[in-house]
Amino acid sequence: MVRDVAFGQYFPGSSLLHKLDPRTKLIGFIALIALIFCTFNYPALAIIVGVTAFLLLSGGIPFKFYLKSLKVILIVVLITSLLNLFYGSGEPIWQWWILKLTWNGIHRAIFVTVRIVCLILLSSCLTFTTSPTELTDAIERLMKPLNTIHFPVHEIAMMMSLALRFVPTLLEETDKIMQAQKARGADLDSGNFIRRARALVPILIPLFVSAFRRAYDIATAMECRCYRGGTGRTRMKTLRMSGRDAACFVALALIIGGVVLCDIFLKAAI
Amino acid sequence: MSAILELKNLSFVYGAGTPFEKKAVDDVSLSIEQGELIGIIGHTGSGKSTLVQMLNGLMKPSQGQVLLGGKNIWENPKKIRDIRFRVGMVFQYPEYQLFEETVYKDIAFGAANKGLTGDELDHAVRRAAEFTGLRPDMLEKSPFDLSGGEKRRAAIAGVIAMNPEVLILDEPTAGLDPMGRELLLSQIIHYHKEKGNTVLLVSHSMEDIARVADRVLVMNRSHLFMLDRTREVFAHGDELEKIGLRVPQVTKIMQALREQGIDLPDSVLTVDEAFDTLSSLLQREGKIW
Ligand SMILES: Nc1ncnc2c1ncn2[C@@H]1O[C@H](COP(=O)(O)OP(=O)(O)OP(=O)(O)O)[C@@H](O)[C@H]1O
Ligand SMILES: [Mg+2]
Repeated sequence: MVRDVAFGQYFPGSSLLHKLDPRTKLIGFIALIALIFCTFNYPALAIIVGVTAFLLLSGGIPFKFYLKSLKVILIVVLITSLLNLFYGSGEPIWQWWILKLTWNGIHRAIFVTVRIVCLILLSSCLTFTTSPTELTDAIERLMKPLNTIHFPVHEIAMMMSLALRFVPTLLEETDKIMQAQKARGADLDSGNFIRRARALVPILIPLFVSAFRRAYDIATAMECRCYRGGTGRTRMKTLRMSGRDAACFVALALIIGGVVLCDIFLKAAI
Repeated sequence: MSAILELKNLSFVYGAGTPFEKKAVDDVSLSIEQGELIGIIGHTGSGKSTLVQMLNGLMKPSQGQVLLGGKNIWENPKKIRDIRFRVGMVFQYPEYQLFEETVYKDIAFGAANKGLTGDELDHAVRRAAEFTGLRPDMLEKSPFDLSGGEKRRAAIAGVIAMNPEVLILDEPTAGLDPMGRELLLSQIIHYHKEKGNTVLLVSHSMEDIARVADRVLVMNRSHLFMLDRTREVFAHGDELEKIGLRVPQVTKIMQALREQGIDLPDSVLTVDEAFDTLSSLLQREGKIW
């Protein structure tokens, strides 16, 4: 079914990660992801791997969902690490035709693989433990200073949360329409490319019709509740930082410090 | 008579292996005879829609089998499309599936997929439109220009045009006005009488079910709660109320009168029937002539 997509799905829970303020999580994860690309030697890389492992464990999401999201990018990882393996500089330790294996290449391949895997794991960890509403809330709050240069922060956040809100609805709707057309004998998964594209018409038209209907409905519903943009609006759930969040920022500072120190004082491996 | 549909230990699990796992149908076994009109009731979320979607192979059972005319429908998964022409399925709110330029073309979609062409196709479309009470001039309109009730009819006609051996309707009258419900219901009865096909009708309206069904299937929390003749099922008012269902109002009134010691049958299903029983009772007692 269309709905069985694991990537970017939120799993409700009560772990430490679930309880953190979404702003802390957003800043923290972005900082960590940036930090991944500032690791140039093995101790620094080890810090990142350790932190990633700790976060995954403390999120309490079953590991198979992380594996599922890794499966999506398996090919990308394989290709980039192979390319890196054979395009390193320095003394070849093994050579065949244009393929030349060097220590530098091996190090590069290891770094690239570990970096991409950590990147995917961290971003999955963020979306698994933070609901889309919390995320857009956090983004809106963090981008608030941009209001001063007349950047429509609230409108964009509202559009984002509406869009996110309707992703599952539209997927569900697609599913329903597909079932209904299949029940009338629509043949969706055989034939050549053109036949398959044609077979999508009975699904796309009702889907567009219903998307527009929903858009009108939601616009009317918002107007009926006197929605008139962001100015002067208060929130039902105000985000509050707590001691936990402060502790996280301290930890984050230590991690960044550790990686930077490794980079400065130890020899780069790549 | 012979069993046209047989379900053996049928189960369905949504989202197997995720934290959202949900057993929507649990170990249901039953058999349905050729030509019966079965009413399906149950509180919301009891698994009615899930159950009926397994009957034409739209959903593959997690466990158990569906036998159509004695043969397992999943015996050859490549042939599952043929099953969908034999077991027609009208979804909840079917009007959202309309897509063609004209109502005629939309009704013809399923029948054409089945392989009908030319006069045969034209005949099937016009018959189906007639059964559902669509006037011939509506056939040339765009389906998006119809009223809600007319759209519903067009969508139902699109399934009837495939001339299925078994017709399943999932809450066909939901959201229609009383007149529209009445009309649609009598058209379903008419279709059933004339074709002699098997019909399964899911509904939240006990009055509708009581009026049309030969037998009633009651679902409760994913389980089969009861499958019996309509009269017998509605005689169990107390048990139905315990699982969040009710009996038709007139049945309830007649049961209350019976508890007062008045000599009445224990299950009266429609207002007409109640009128007849009461007036013959009063006649017997000499209160009216
Ligand atoms: N696509 C789905 N994914 C996960 N769970 C589902 C899905 N569809 C239905 N369910 C769950 O399965 C159970 C049975 O649903 P079903 O639609 O069969 O109920 P129903 O008896 O038809 O209810 P209603 O009278 O409201 O139409 C419900 O608890 C529902 O939450
Ligand atoms: Mg239903």
